[in-house]
Amino acid sequence: MGAVNMELKSQIPPGPLAQKWERHKANLRLVSPGNKRKYEIIVVGTGLAGGSAAATLAELGYNVKSFCIQDSPRRAHSVAAQGGINAAKNYQNDGDSVERLFYDTLKGGDFRAREANVYRLAEVSANIIDQCVAMGVPFAREYGGTLTNRSFGGAQVSRTFYARGQTGQQLLLGCYSAMCRQIAAGQIKMYPRTEMLDLVVVNGHAKGIVTRNLITGKIESHAADAVVLATGGYGNAYYLSTSGRGSNATAIWRAYRRGAFFANPCFTQIHPTCIPVSGDYQSKLTLMSESLRNDGRVWVPKKKGDTRPPNEIPEDERDYYLERKYPSYGNLAPRDIASRAAKEVCDEGRGVGPGGLGVYLDFRDAIRRLGRKRVEERYGNLFDMYHEITGENAYETPMRIYPAIHYTMGGLWVDYNLMSNLPGLFVIGEANFSDHGANRLGASALMQGLADGYFILPYTIGNYLATQKPDQRPKPDQPEFRAAEQQVRERVKKLLAIRGRKTVTEFHKQVGKILWDYCGMTRSRQGLERAIQLIGELREEFWENVNVPGSDEDLNQSLERAGRVADYLELGELIARDALTREESCGCHFRVEYQTPDHECLRNDRDFAHVACWEFTGDGNTPVRHIEPLIFEAVQPTERSYK
Amino acid sequence: MNLTLRVWRQANRHEPGHFEEYYLRDLNPNMSFLEMLDVLNEQLTREGREPVAFDHDCREGICGSCGLVINGEPHGPGYRVTTCQTYLRAFRDGDTITVEPFRAAAFPLIKDLVVDRSAFDRIMQAGGFISVNAGSAPDANAILIPKDVADKAMDAAQCIGCGACVAACKNASAMLFVAAKVSHLNLLPQGQPEKTRRTLAMVQQMDAEGFGACTVTGSCEAACPKGISLNFIAKLNRDYLSALLLGK
Ligand SMILES: Cc1cc2nc3c(=O)[nH]c(=O)nc-3n(C[C@H](O)[C@H](O)[C@H](O)COP(=O)(O)OP(=O)(O)OC[C@H]3O[C@@H](n4cnc5c(N)ncnc54)[C@H](O)[C@@H]3O)c2cc1C
Ligand code: FES
Repeated sequence: MGAVNMELKSQIPPGPLAQKWERHKANLRLVSPGNKRKYEIIVVGTGLAGGSAAATLAELGYNVKSFCIQDSPRRAHSVAAQGGINAAKNYQNDGDSVERLFYDTLKGGDFRAREANVYRLAEVSANIIDQCVAMGVPFAREYGGTLTNRSFGGAQVSRTFYARGQTGQQLLLGCYSAMCRQIAAGQIKMYPRTEMLDLVVVNGHAKGIVTRNLITGKIESHAADAVVLATGGYGNAYYLSTSGRGSNATAIWRAYRRGAFFANPCFTQIHPTCIPVSGDYQSKLTLMSESLRNDGRVWVPKKKGDTRPPNEIPEDERDYYLERKYPSYGNLAPRDIASRAAKEVCDEGRGVGPGGLGVYLDFRDAIRRLGRKRVEERYGNLFDMYHEITGENAYETPMRIYPAIHYTMGGLWVDYNLMSNLPGLFVIGEANFSDHGANRLGASALMQGLADGYFILPYTIGNYLATQKPDQRPKPDQPEFRAAEQQVRERVKKLLAIRGRKTVTEFHKQVGKILWDYCGMTRSRQGLERAIQLIGELREEFWENVNVPGSDEDLNQSLERAGRVADYLELGELIARDALTREESCGCHFRVEYQTPDHECLRNDRDFAHVACWEFTGDGNTPVRHIEPLIFEAVQPTERSYK
Repeated sequence: MNLTLRVWRQANRHEPGHFEEYYLRDLNPNMSFLEMLDVLNEQLTREGREPVAFDHDCREGICGSCGLVINGEPHGPGYRVTTCQTYLRAFRDGDTITVEPFRAAAFPLIKDLVVDRSAFDRIMQAGGFISVNAGSAPDANAILIPKDVADKAMDAAQCIGCGACVAACKNASAMLFVAAKVSHLNLLPQGQPEKTRRTLAMVQQMDAEGFGACTVTGSCEAACPKGISLNFIAKLNRDYLSALLLGK
């Protein structure tokens, strides 16, 4: 697929990689302390990215309006992250460094991320830990009082900081407490239970949003000098995922429809260690943290259709396939690789549990080596969680796990300043595309969210604001706002007026299944073409046959979901289209047509070392694919091997 | 399995509420309680009736969104689990189950099973933070924290802010929540400079929100899905006394 000519300025500063960020900071335009209070900034989302950004911008003196769907900012989906957060502190003295974290992350992403962004991420990672500790995040410690670490997939050093199995919760409570301080100080105005339903663009710049109050149904406009989207990932397009049920794509999808480019939508991460599906009533999938792979060993029986209980299968009849295929990383092979390997053994008929869709994650040897108490200390809450859900005791019998949708590397396109192609629109955290390429390594999403919010956006947003005059900020009663509000109202009315025969959930399940079947762990031209056709048909049916009960004047959870599913029915098609046009395999994106003889990804750097950036061109029109070439100055992309 | 549900329905805080009975058939015992409500809502939608509103998000016991009183118990019969972690295997075929919202004067009802817990946010805004701006922190290992202190702070910090403690208390007191929040920060060396102010401000806000007094019956600890210990209430009382002495 050829490039359409349109210049996407990545704004990567010149100079050696290690000096880019420092130099760039010195060159950014500034807003003086006295002027900051004249600016209004909208931050949508209160997860790690949005929470840290809102608090930090408020500390700097900007007036912040913060929005979230949940009843409290503290409940954003980031709260569910379990395993940990990476940082190049080298506290373990095991040879870690900014260079190594940078390289691991870039290689982990199969050389499809922007080098300069990844380097900066590694560079600011150490500050994040300092900041969080100062705010009272109770990370795990050694007896001597220093911080302790564990390892995650795709790394050969121990650089992951954690707070039991609740790292995301503790980091988010840190952001939330910083926000509380600023709410009390009047610097942040908080709008919980409020959903952004459109972005408002005035003279080509993002200048506000339209929201719906989820309790009263009131539709309102908010104007600002800049808009920050920190609305998380779109994994719920697949219906079953590890994301919270409220996570959705609406904010970024509406921004896309207003002109923001959507980058690499097909880069969706499938996590290898989730509890397998147990029935069609299932509403979400539960992740068993990757940290378990530090001590758990993954295996399936060597024989097909072996139905003996796991503990009766002797050692020499077990296939520890990750250790066998990837000896240097073993059970800590990166997610995309571990997921595909699990699918492969299950496709061969060696999967375990109902339907043969599962593999074992076994702690027998760890318990022998460390004792049950140590294992309990490390993973107790995860074992408890497994027990609650499955009724099985993983101290005695191995866990059963299977891959599930977990994270989206794709997202809105942003430049080095985290600004989209729409001036004034900034996108941070999982909602943007920039740092993880075609596969994200464990414990680096929390790192990215906080890097963006605490240490990058607060600098780069000033560079844009300095060009804007706050006294010329558009007013929320301007025609652009009125028109957007009107469109939002009409869409809500339309959804409620259909009164068809199928529920929103039925449509959601259907689109999710199409994506999982044709755009999941393996993808093919034929399958993707079929997916595009099926999703198109389903979308048409939705608008004729969906049944959304209730009214638009109070809390109506069916209506909320209907709007989100309507967006998945558009986004789903773009995901498939992106996967179809990327004629190579890389990271999570495994096209069966492009593989090495031993079934690994066959990348095509000559034609596809670029970011695919999709431009909306109106309903019913095929979106336009632009590209941002990826230029590697410091690292030469190599075959990504974990063998 | 088959179940009968008696569910609290209320359009908003101004209109009176009532129980409605629903019959659900052929449920799988491995289903979670909220998945059962999903099934009910699908059924109601197909019958052209309005589904039951309830809060939920993570569905794995960490966000603190969900919270129902099931047969009189906040978060139901399970030990140290949230509503979303309650599975139908905890009930018997043919049971009748009563489902109500968390009730407390400080948690006004919004609709059906959804209540407004923003009082907790306002208590946090009164002092539940350490004042340190981004960028001004020293190296993370510059201050050593003994493992037992860090662990204890984490025990308190685990609170998910669901409000079950309030719903379980006959006085609708928020002491366990506030104790967990205050203790987490007051235990850490980083929390010392603001300890007095924090303790006084958060307790004062708790009172202003209309939560009841604590008579240490322990029903909060019993209902807490995270097992936050009553000892933190004792600690809060100590911190509060010394803050009063030092405070003004
Ligand atoms: C189960 C699980 C475990 C994980 N474990 C780890 C881990 O151990 N380490 C790691 O690094 N990463 C982990 N991740 C990934 C990581 O948690 C997420 O990528 C990250 O938290 C995303 O943060 P965020 O701030 O970008 O978005 P989120 O935390 O998803 O926040 C999104 C926010 O946007 C709001 N929002 C969304 N749409 C709208 C709208 N239209 N209007 C208003 N508000 C809106 C939401 O209310 C919310 O406040 C895990 C993910 C899952 C699912
Ligand atoms: S839904 Fe998150 S705790 Fe129950």
